[in-house]
Amino acid sequence: MFITPEGKEIFVVDGHTHFWDGSPENQRNIHGKQFVECFYAYHTALSPREQLWEKSKFEKYSADDLYRDLFIDGPDDVAIVQSTYLKDFYKNGFNTVERNSEMAKRYPERFIVNGSFDPRDGQKALEYIHFMKETYDIKGVKMYTAEWNGASKGWRLNDPAAYRCFELCEKLGIKNVHVHKGPTIIPLNKDAFDVHDVDYAATDFQNLNWIVEHCGLPRLDDFCWIAVQETNVYGGLAVALPFIHSRPRYFAEVISELLFWAGPEKILFGSDYAIWTPRWLVEKFWAFELPEDIKQERGVDLTPEIKEKILGLNAARLYDIDIEAKKAAFARSPFSIAAE
Amino acid sequence: MGTAGVSISREEELRRLLAQVNDPELDEPVTEMGFVERAEVRGDGSVEVDFRLPTYWCSPNFAYLMLDGIRKALDGLSWSPAYRVWLHDHMFAKEVNRGIEAGKTFGQIFGELSGDQDLESLRETFRVKAFKRRQEAVLCGLRRHGLTDREILGMDLAALDVVRFEPGEAAKQMPRYRAALLERFPGRRPEDPVFVTSEGAGIPNSALGAYLAELRGVRINMEFNGALCRGLKHTRYKEADVVDGEPTLVDFILDRVPDKARPTQAPLT
Repeated sequence: MFITPEGKEIFVVDGHTHFWDGSPENQRNIHGKQFVECFYAYHTALSPREQLWEKSKFEKYSADDLYRDLFIDGPDDVAIVQSTYLKDFYKNGFNTVERNSEMAKRYPERFIVNGSFDPRDGQKALEYIHFMKETYDIKGVKMYTAEWNGASKGWRLNDPAAYRCFELCEKLGIKNVHVHKGPTIIPLNKDAFDVHDVDYAATDFQNLNWIVEHCGLPRLDDFCWIAVQETNVYGGLAVALPFIHSRPRYFAEVISELLFWAGPEKILFGSDYAIWTPRWLVEKFWAFELPEDIKQERGVDLTPEIKEKILGLNAARLYDIDIEAKKAAFARSPFSIAAE
Repeated sequence: MGTAGVSISREEELRRLLAQVNDPELDEPVTEMGFVERAEVRGDGSVEVDFRLPTYWCSPNFAYLMLDGIRKALDGLSWSPAYRVWLHDHMFAKEVNRGIEAGKTFGQIFGELSGDQDLESLRETFRVKAFKRRQEAVLCGLRRHGLTDREILGMDLAALDVVRFEPGEAAKQMPRYRAALLERFPGRRPEDPVFVTSEGAGIPNSALGAYLAELRGVRINMEFNGALCRGLKHTRYKEADVVDGEPTLVDFILDRVPDKARPTQAPLT
C-alpha cells in the first residue's frame, strides 16, 4: 500500500517482478554471465546512487530480500512474478515457474506467478501449458521471443506453433500474455526491435490481453499505433519508469505519448524488480507532474486519478483482483521475515 | 617538426576521422558515445583500434555498420597505414572481427543468418531517422526563436544560414541537418525550401504541428537508445583497464584531459 502525502491509500499492483538465480554456480556458459551482467548494467545505469546493490546480491537474492523490498520497505500490495527460463544460459533456468511458485507460497495472497513456454518445443509446449495450469493455476504467461533455443535465436508471436499455444491458453483461461519486446537476434540484418507481431496476435486472439513490456521501447511509435488499433493491447512501464529519476523530462515525453495514444486505462506499473526496487519508483511517480509545455502540446495530463489507475487499478482489472477482499486477506497474514 | 610532431598530427587526423563515424541507430558519433576504447598510431605508422559496445547483446548489424564505418574512415587516412580493428566482448565478436579484417560484407560474414535482405535498406532506415531527428531539433529551435510556421517553412538555404542559435540541441543539429539535406537531395536548387519531408515533399503551413508530432516520436525512440547506451556503456567501461594510468587517445576524444595536463608528446607511441 502506498500512502500519499495527503494520506490517501493507493493500491499497488507491481506488474513486472522477478525472482531469479543468475549466480555463477547457475550460469551454464558465457551467455549466462553476460545476461545477468547486462541486467546489472541496467540497474547501475538508471538507479539512484543510494539504491545500488552489490553485484553478488544482484546475481542471487533471497526470498526474504524480495518480500522486504516489495511489500515491507516497498509499497507493493500484489506482485506479478514473471517466469523466464533461459535454460540455454542457466543450468536450472533463470527463474522458472517452479522456483517462483516456491518463493510465492509463503504469502500466496501477495503473488500472481505467471508461467512461460516456448512454442518451438511443439507438443511439449502444449503439455507444459496444461501442467502449469493444473499445478499452479496460472492466469498469465510471459513470452520471451528473443530467447535462444538450440540453433534458433528467436521466434515471433504469429508463428503457427505459437498460435497453437495461444489457442490452448484461451481455452484454459490463461488470458494475460506479457510480451517482452527486446532485441531479436535473427535475421541479423533487420531493425533489431520489432513489435509488429503483437498486432497480428492481438487481432487474432481478441479474448487474450497483450501486455507489451517496456511499451515496445525503443519502438514506442509502433507500439502506440498498435495500442490505438487493438483494444486488448496494454503497455508495461518497466524500464521506461526509471528514467523519471535520471531524465524526468524525457520520461514526461514518453508517458505523454502513452497517455495520448494508448490512454490511461492501458498503462501498467512494473518495477522490473530486482533491476529496480518499487519504493523509489512509486514515490517519484506519485510526485511527478508533467511540464506545462508538454501537457499543452499533447493535451494530456497525469492526474492523481490516472496515477492510481496505472499503479494498480488497471492490472487489478486484468487479473480480476478484488481489492477489498485482498486487503482483508492481508490483514490476516502479516509478514514475518528474517532480520537483516 | 620532429617525429613527435608527426605522430601528434597523425593522432589528430585519426581522431578527426573516427569522430565522423556515427552510431547509425543513435545518429551520434561513436567517439562521443565512448565506443572507441583505444585508437593508437604505432611507431611504424600502423593503426590499431579497439571497439567496445555497451553490451554483449548489442545488435550485430549495428556493430557491423559501425565497424564498417571505421574501416572506411581508416581507409581515408593520409598516410595509408596498415590497420587492425577489434570488436571486444560481443556475442559475435569472433565472426565480425574476422570478416571485417578480410573486408567481407555483412552477408558474407553471417551467411544464412542474415537472410536475403541487404543491409542497404537498414542503412536507409537510419538515414531517414537521422534526417528527421536533426530536422526536428532545428524546427523546434526556430519556433522557440519566435518565428511563425509560415516563416519557417518559407526559408531557403540562404535564410537558414544566417540563423544563429543559442548553444543547445538546435545549434548542435543545425550543421548536421544542413549536411543531411544536401546529401539527401543533391539536385535541390538554392531557392528550394530547406524544410521538406524525408521524401522531399513540401510541408503545408497548417500541417507543421502534426508533422512535428511525428518527428517527436522518432526522437523519443532514438533518445531512449542513446540514454540507455550511454548509461550501460558508462557502467561497462568503469571496469575497463587504464593503460598504465596515462591518458589515452580516448581520453582526448572524450575530452577527459584538462588542458594543462596535455603532454607535449603524443599520448601513446
